[in-house]
Amino acid sequence: MSVIEISDLKTYFPTKDGIVRAVDRIDLSIHERETIGLIGETGCGKTVLGLTLMRLLHPTTTVEGTIMYGGKNLLKISEAEMRLIRGEAIAMILQNPTTSLNPVMRVGEQIAEAIRLHQGLNRRDAKEKAVEMLDAVRIPLPHKRVGEYPHEFSGGMKQRVMIAMGLACNPSFIIADEPTKGLDVTIKAQIIELLRETTPDKAMLLITHDLDVARELCDRIAIMYAGELVECAPTDEIFEDPLHPYTRGFLGSLPRNGLVPIPGMSPSLINLPDGCRFHPRCADAKETCQKKHPEMIEVECGHFVRCFDA
Amino acid sequence: MTEGRKILGSIGLGILTIFVIVAVLAPHIAPYDPHQMYRPMEHPSSRHLLGTNDIGNDILSEIIYGTRVSLFIAFIVSAISMLVGTSLGLIAGYFDKLGFLIMRVVDIFLTIPRLPLIIIIAASMRPSIWNLIAIFLIFGWTMTARIIRSEVLTLRTRYYIDATKMIGGGDFYILWRHILPNVIPLVVVQFIMEAIHVILAESGLSFLGLGDPVARSWGMVLHYAFECPIIYVSDVWMWWMLPPGLCIVFTVLGLTFVGYALEETLDPRLKNPAYGREL
Repeated sequence: MSVIEISDLKTYFPTKDGIVRAVDRIDLSIHERETIGLIGETGCGKTVLGLTLMRLLHPTTTVEGTIMYGGKNLLKISEAEMRLIRGEAIAMILQNPTTSLNPVMRVGEQIAEAIRLHQGLNRRDAKEKAVEMLDAVRIPLPHKRVGEYPHEFSGGMKQRVMIAMGLACNPSFIIADEPTKGLDVTIKAQIIELLRETTPDKAMLLITHDLDVARELCDRIAIMYAGELVECAPTDEIFEDPLHPYTRGFLGSLPRNGLVPIPGMSPSLINLPDGCRFHPRCADAKETCQKKHPEMIEVECGHFVRCFDA
Repeated sequence: MTEGRKILGSIGLGILTIFVIVAVLAPHIAPYDPHQMYRPMEHPSSRHLLGTNDIGNDILSEIIYGTRVSLFIAFIVSAISMLVGTSLGLIAGYFDKLGFLIMRVVDIFLTIPRLPLIIIIAASMRPSIWNLIAIFLIFGWTMTARIIRSEVLTLRTRYYIDATKMIGGGDFYILWRHILPNVIPLVVVQFIMEAIHVILAESGLSFLGLGDPVARSWGMVLHYAFECPIIYVSDVWMWWMLPPGLCIVFTVLGLTFVGYALEETLDPRLKNPAYGREL
């Protein structure tokens, strides 16, 4: 059973220089208890996809396609209905924990916010729940910490608070936007461990550009390039048998694989190259790659790739 | 807070506290009813510490009761101005279209020279405290609305606002719970600025004879003193004109000191005096 089903999703930003095609014709479904890693370079549209699912983009953005959740198309329901879903059913854990917490509000109150908004608990019960959540994300002395302000927490602890905020209403689907960004290696490992422990029964979309984090946490990995998915496969297959040249380049650029950069720059989302979007940087590009745009094909069971060569 | 600002702030707070106590306890502190008439133009004595005026009112009692009037007008006007200015500033900063409308209205009010118009309106209305309050209120909210709006414009782009949207918080919830607490320090400083302005403007209007002749503020005491030619040729000014003038000066000074101390919480760069010089 899939929790969320995205089909033919397009998110375009009209700008005075042209249309920015940040998310282009994405199909993805996420099953129950499954964690999908969405991987790509900076600026390829990962976060925009997350925000599209939450419907939190600027009103001038055009969004097309369908996002089916709980029998409803999230793109068709009213803003009031959507507000009931945000935080309660779908939660997003933001990057930048330092700036994502209100500096003049106690940490406990910020965790309790979602609970109070959705479940109408009174202040005392909500606070108790906040203590519970802090304890769940392994913050020591939760009774004392619940009344402190964000500046009294370290970076890693703030990230834990963000996770507690996301999990507070026990949502069935979580979008985690680079939860390990800017954390040092030991803290990163702790956060990965925490995410694994606290979300075994939830569907999760993990947005990251850290392949190691994805390998630790994800069941499947989707690789995104210039607004579209180029490869999607179970985690082990991505690492052992990458089919798309971009995926291979991405893996090759890891330090332990020799730190070989992918030549060229990722294209502007306004002026996308004709044919395959990756062909200007692809070593194996042929003539057809310049002319025809490849479609996603299933080469093996559950292994999709967007390349003529595969 | 740096030591100097702390000391000045405490002095300011001390001065204000004294005036507030005097205002609240006026009937218990004042030796006489300010409207009671005794022998006019008496010099200071143990019976009348600051003497009596031209119609025989005890000047000290008049000034003590005047504290009430001056502070009451300043407080009411500042409080309502902040309420209106902050609400409109929050809305103007958060909702673009409404904000555009509100800011154009503010622009109109800000281009009109404030004091001359206040004088004209006051002169054409029946003089009473309530009319004075209404006149000051017309202009009081505008600057606050503009300042709060510009702060909201930056606050609303913060990530924690996005985070609140992500847990399902609506617009008014965000304004009330997340943006308002962040602009409160600004509102406090604006409140003090407005109070200073109103005390000075009210004294000025009363001095010109546009104040409430019944509820006599400090400015009104000055007005009556200056109407009496004798203050120009004798020592009477020392106990009739000087004390209310000093009251106005010290109240404004007290407010300024407190504002100066609070300024630093708004602009933490002031904590390090070297910061500005390096630039």
